Amino acid sequence: MEKQSVLSRMGASIKEFFVGEDSVFRRFGRAVKKAVLSVVHGSLATKISCLFMGVGQMMRKQVVKGILYLLVEIGFILFMVFFGGKYIGHLFSGKLGTVAGGALGEEIWNEELGIYETVKGDNSFLILLYGVVSFIIFMMFITVWVMNIRGNLENDKALAEGRKLATFKQDCNTFINKKFYVPLLIPPLLGLLVFTIMPLVFMILIAFTNYDFEHTPPGQLFNWVGFANFGQLFSIGGGSGFFLVFLRVLLWTFIWAFFATFSNYFFGMIIALMINRKGIKLKKLWRTLFVVVIAVPQFVTLLLMQKILDGDGILNVILGTNIRWLADTANGSIIPRIMIILVNMWIGIPYTLLMCSGILMNIPAEQYEAARLDGANAWQLFFKITLPYMLHVTGPYLITQFVGNINNFNVIWLLTGGGPIDNINYGGGSQAQSTDLLVTWLYRLTTDTNPRYNIASVIGIVIFIICAVLSLITYNRSGATKNEEVYQ
Amino acid sequence: MMKGQTLKEKLLGQRTRTAVTDGVIYVILAGLGILWILPILFLLYTSLRVTPETGIISKLFPDDLTLGFGNYVKLSQDTLFWRWFGNTLLVAVCSCAITTLFILMVSYAFSRMRFKLRKPLMNVMLVLGMFPGFMSMIAVYFILKAVGLTNSLFALILVYSCGAALSYYVCKGFFDTLPRSLEEAAILDGASQWTVFWRVTLPLSKPIIVYTILTSFISPWCDFIFVNTIINDAEKYTVALGLYRMINAEKNSFSENFTVFCAGATIVGAIISAFFLSMQRYYVEGVTGGAVK
Repeated sequence: MEKQSVLSRMGASIKEFFVGEDSVFRRFGRAVKKAVLSVVHGSLATKISCLFMGVGQMMRKQVVKGILYLLVEIGFILFMVFFGGKYIGHLFSGKLGTVAGGALGEEIWNEELGIYETVKGDNSFLILLYGVVSFIIFMMFITVWVMNIRGNLENDKALAEGRKLATFKQDCNTFINKKFYVPLLIPPLLGLLVFTIMPLVFMILIAFTNYDFEHTPPGQLFNWVGFANFGQLFSIGGGSGFFLVFLRVLLWTFIWAFFATFSNYFFGMIIALMINRKGIKLKKLWRTLFVVVIAVPQFVTLLLMQKILDGDGILNVILGTNIRWLADTANGSIIPRIMIILVNMWIGIPYTLLMCSGILMNIPAEQYEAARLDGANAWQLFFKITLPYMLHVTGPYLITQFVGNINNFNVIWLLTGGGPIDNINYGGGSQAQSTDLLVTWLYRLTTDTNPRYNIASVIGIVIFIICAVLSLITYNRSGATKNEEVYQ
Repeated sequence: MMKGQTLKEKLLGQRTRTAVTDGVIYVILAGLGILWILPILFLLYTSLRVTPETGIISKLFPDDLTLGFGNYVKLSQDTLFWRWFGNTLLVAVCSCAITTLFILMVSYAFSRMRFKLRKPLMNVMLVLGMFPGFMSMIAVYFILKAVGLTNSLFALILVYSCGAALSYYVCKGFFDTLPRSLEEAAILDGASQWTVFWRVTLPLSKPIIVYTILTSFISPWCDFIFVNTIINDAEKYTVALGLYRMINAEKNSFSENFTVFCAGATIVGAIISAFFLSMQRYYVEGVTGGAVK
């Protein structure tokens, strides 16, 4: 078979997933058809349960379960009537509010009475947020509803086969045995839903609106703009597009991530090798000297470094120079960029050191001895034995580090704050600066006095796509996911 | 290459070579060690300086070399440092407990149980972890505001611990390497999965539990970005935000408060160092446990 690249294989499987003979839609269609048919042919209890959840269960003496289902339905209806329905309506009406003016509202001409009325303003932000929340609750309700019908169908089947229905106690029992994963997963997943998924969906939607400093609730409304923000980020558009800035930031992000990851990795490994060398004494002392850096919070060490490297900081005093280590804009801010990578080595090498010393000791000593007998020198030993072994063992770790560095906010933000601002034109109001990574640029866009949340969200989506592709490729190719059960 | 030399000479040559290499390595290590430890000593030294009128050190050795605990006294009296300290401790303990429990639960489910949604859930969670956290920060703030939880430490605990499940894979990797025979024996004896989880698997997982506790306990001491968004009330700052604000609040606060900041940083650093160094072994086991495959 022809050897395909990972990407084309991924593309093919994604295509298969959506449009193939066994695509997700077809499978979904078949499942729905089957479900509808089985309900139509189902018992009376099942049919009633479609409308009044839990009644079917109660008819079969599963009273507690039935009451629980019914309570869920009542709660959901109350929620929709008094809160959610309105916002879901707004969400699908295609407009995020119609009345501007915030809490003070706007004067609107009332045809019937023939007077101006003050109408309380809509808050687009809250409409979108509550819309998302309500929609997610709606989806959760649908899930419970399906569970309820499925339970009824199972009951139908059990009765037809003459089996006894499970009592409430037995049901509870399966949750600490066969279905123990349900109670194990529900609390963490609920936490994720509220504090990760909901905010994420919300912020992704923001990428399709014009939520920026000219459209800031509660005073002003914002609205859907389709892919306009993507257009702005990916086009040059006669100076108003951000594409050139984006490319520059993206390029620096990759350069930074590459150097930050590999400099830490190699130098950390070399120092670990030196400490681990046979005959070197005071191993523990050496290790501790480096590791102490980990124990001091990063924001402290980074602010300290910023202070040391400051224009009138102590480094210039020691060297007797007058270099603005973190603010020199010459040659595309090359000095600050190099300094950031060096400081990052100071911060990061202890971590590699810590990780490597353990693994290095695992390398079979016979390999070294055999190579040495064949006359290999220290460099050959390193490049032919140590490095391949380490790369093999820590491959996934390296990719995680690379992704982590793409998102490494702290180092850049605390050292240079993304700056300095050099005189290269960044495109109208993009606010990006010379050492900005995509993340720090994103952060600046949301915290600036003229925030552009919409563009920030688009950048967030771009970061996500880069990181997700990188990590999915690695995780699916590394042994960690394939050979889950090998080591048992 | 060693033709003509006796074995003795050869060994001797090797020995001197080793000694020279060792010497070079000692020099390099000492040099690097100084480079690494110097900023930390600088921090310690600044925190003990008695000339607080300016935080900027313009000379390597200032004219006045007297040291004292003035900055620490100032830190205790003029700032809310110990209040922030208590807040951070509370948040760290609570969120560390919840985080650890969540991660263990998720990892056990993914490693030991087999169910239909397992693979999709694992992939979805992996992907979710890729979104930069800042992106959702504002939305998190408004969700908290909608339920009236901004400016409270409870919100901070929730935020720190609820995203925790996403970093399940190190722990799951560890569980995957645990032998199953014990669990199977326990189940044959009629134990429920619940019992197996608490009585069989967890006692075998000490390294990974300590690792999780260690990392989740430390993060509230270091984060200042999320706190900055969620909390506005100086009474409820954590140490990280308190110290950060101390030198960033106003234009000249850096030079005014830098020595006091260093005093606070030293205290926090000392505590985390003690905590970290005493559990360093488990940290290494945790990091490599997930990576060694």
